[in-house]
Amino acid sequence: MKRNFYLTFVVALVLCLAMLAGCADKGKEKTDSTKADAPAEKETEAAEDKEAEEAEKSGDTAPIKLGGIGPISGAAAVYGIAVQNGAQIAVDEINALGGMQFELNFQDDEHDAEKSVNAYNVLKDWGMQVLVGTVTTGPCLDVAAESYNDRIFTLTPSASSPKVVEGKDNVFQMCFSDLNQGIASAQYIQEKELAKKVAIIYNNADAYSTGIYEKFISEAETRNLEVVSTTTFTDDTANDFSVQLTEAQKAGADLVFLPIYYQPASLILAQAKEMDYEPTFFGVDGMDGILTLENFDTELAEGVMLLTPFVADATDDLTVAFVEKYDELYGEVPNQFAADGYDSVYAIYEALKDKDVTAETSASDLCDLLIDVFSGGEFEFNGLTGDNMTWSETGEVAKSPKGMIIENGVYVGMD
Amino acid sequence: MTFLSYLISGISLGSIYAIIALGYTMVYGIAKMLNFAHGDVIMVGGYMSFIAMINFGWPPLLAVLFAIVVCTVLGILIEQLAYKPLRSAPPLAVLITAIGVSYFLQNAALLIFSANPKSYSSVIPFDALRLFNGQLVISGTTIVTIIVCIVIIIALNTIVNKTKIGKAMRAVSEDKDAAQLMGISVNKTISVTFAIGSALAAVAGVLLCSAYPILMPTTGAMPGIKAFTAAVFGGIGSIPGAFLGGILLGIIEILGKAYISTQLSDAIVFAVLIIILLVKPTGLLGKKVLVKV
Repeated sequence: MKRNFYLTFVVALVLCLAMLAGCADKGKEKTDSTKADAPAEKETEAAEDKEAEEAEKSGDTAPIKLGGIGPISGAAAVYGIAVQNGAQIAVDEINALGGMQFELNFQDDEHDAEKSVNAYNVLKDWGMQVLVGTVTTGPCLDVAAESYNDRIFTLTPSASSPKVVEGKDNVFQMCFSDLNQGIASAQYIQEKELAKKVAIIYNNADAYSTGIYEKFISEAETRNLEVVSTTTFTDDTANDFSVQLTEAQKAGADLVFLPIYYQPASLILAQAKEMDYEPTFFGVDGMDGILTLENFDTELAEGVMLLTPFVADATDDLTVAFVEKYDELYGEVPNQFAADGYDSVYAIYEALKDKDVTAETSASDLCDLLIDVFSGGEFEFNGLTGDNMTWSETGEVAKSPKGMIIENGVYVGMD
Repeated sequence: MTFLSYLISGISLGSIYAIIALGYTMVYGIAKMLNFAHGDVIMVGGYMSFIAMINFGWPPLLAVLFAIVVCTVLGILIEQLAYKPLRSAPPLAVLITAIGVSYFLQNAALLIFSANPKSYSSVIPFDALRLFNGQLVISGTTIVTIIVCIVIIIALNTIVNKTKIGKAMRAVSEDKDAAQLMGISVNKTISVTFAIGSALAAVAGVLLCSAYPILMPTTGAMPGIKAFTAAVFGGIGSIPGAFLGGILLGIIEILGKAYISTQLSDAIVFAVLIIILLVKPTGLLGKKVLVKV
């Protein structure tokens, strides 16, 4: 019996240590964001943090509290982490400028609606004034409903379903809505005459994928684009695509439209090659990231086309600086989600820059102010993910997607 | 011809389910517990072979051996730390612990390897076999998976039926207390079972990632559940049952997708499972096999 006790103790210890290890890592990234949690510690923190002190001297005192929510762990963590990192870079840059100060508190929701609402409540207790989030569509639907009731301005970097903004005047999107992506893809394929017969493979367990598919198919119909095969998969059956590809091949499709994320897409590319099927593959923004997939044979992606708002290989100054900084801090090439996170923070900054707001301004006043700016019709934002972005009153962003083709392992603009 | 190529896809998917199911069935048959962490040991096997091949630059065969060694040690460690103290606890406690271990492994992998997926390079050097002017393509991975699967079944059957430790396993499976009275070390036997099960998981991980080359901390979770279904389907505890269940599950999944609906493939698989269990509650081979392993 005694031995059992010791063993249990050891297990408990190991588990505790593992948890601490997890905390330590996150803690490192978030030292900036969590310091206001305990006002009593503020004195010592301020002494330690010279930068903050300088910033405080140079202009305003307390920072405006930005909340962020997204999956930092779990299967969708790649998106949440990217948004968090991108947003943090923007916050640090803005704070270094002096003047208005921001503070970002980013909470994990594991891509789970219930946890997301919990995270939202945690942020509300913390005193969040503006919400940058949530990252994924499903949880965002629930959180946006809450923020609408609480009158907290919400700018989601990447939740792309039109349902996210529908009927809520305080919710805005930084990314394309699924609607626009589906329509733009069909338009692009038809106008550039990329294909005679189109096959579609989409994930019918995913709101993002289904949303794009529905718009694509209706737009394709009005444009007389012939869709010869439509097949689906779910997250649980995202291994074997032989059936879907065989059907597309038998139907004679010369273009396969993939409104899906890049993980299953990489499997589709590999399996198509194995069965000697070489259509043009056409993706949307979820395809972004396929080239940064570790150890991926980029030859498989040769000739893949996609519409995306952000390309890490672009040569404009803003993108180059951002990619460099991101790589330096996080050792990775940023994807579109990181750029969306970065742009979201900057859009809020631009909107508030000339306004008379402080850390004391209430969340609902900020909300009204930001709604006026964003849907006022005169606000134009230039960022990583597009130039001259404007927002409609419903909260959808208008920007033009860039057509890209992968050649020799890099994105090349098609226009 | 299309039917034949679907059938081969099904067998290919099914043989991977079968190898995973063998691990489930081994452990269940002898220790009478459902090791839900099995799927995540597969993922660890995948990562270990990936690291050995890509980061250390080892040849594939050595990488596979490395994965097997690490997973075997991990399996024994999990058993010693998490399951052994609960040997006399109610089965439910052990089950929940197994789920806990599963989440622990997933999140530890998330912490160590990050959430970014990795693209796996197949360890199988053979090109695909092309028959009938390329109308029928059988990938090298499929052929190797099926061969490995059959070799493993023969080896397991030999171990269980012909060796001394196999005798001990069967005895522990029959009656733990009686086996102990007969001088069999129950703990050692169960540890060996876990070692074998985890080594199988490593092999399954390598083959799974070679066939579907994407590696994430959640890679093992869904195939693990499907393979568990396959083990139940074939009669959990039975080695030929796990093989049969795995292959059938793979074939039903692919043919269901091809001829009924891609949207309903999982619904079809599980509907078949329910029907089989209604007709034969012990699974396909659950009762016929006298030697319960």
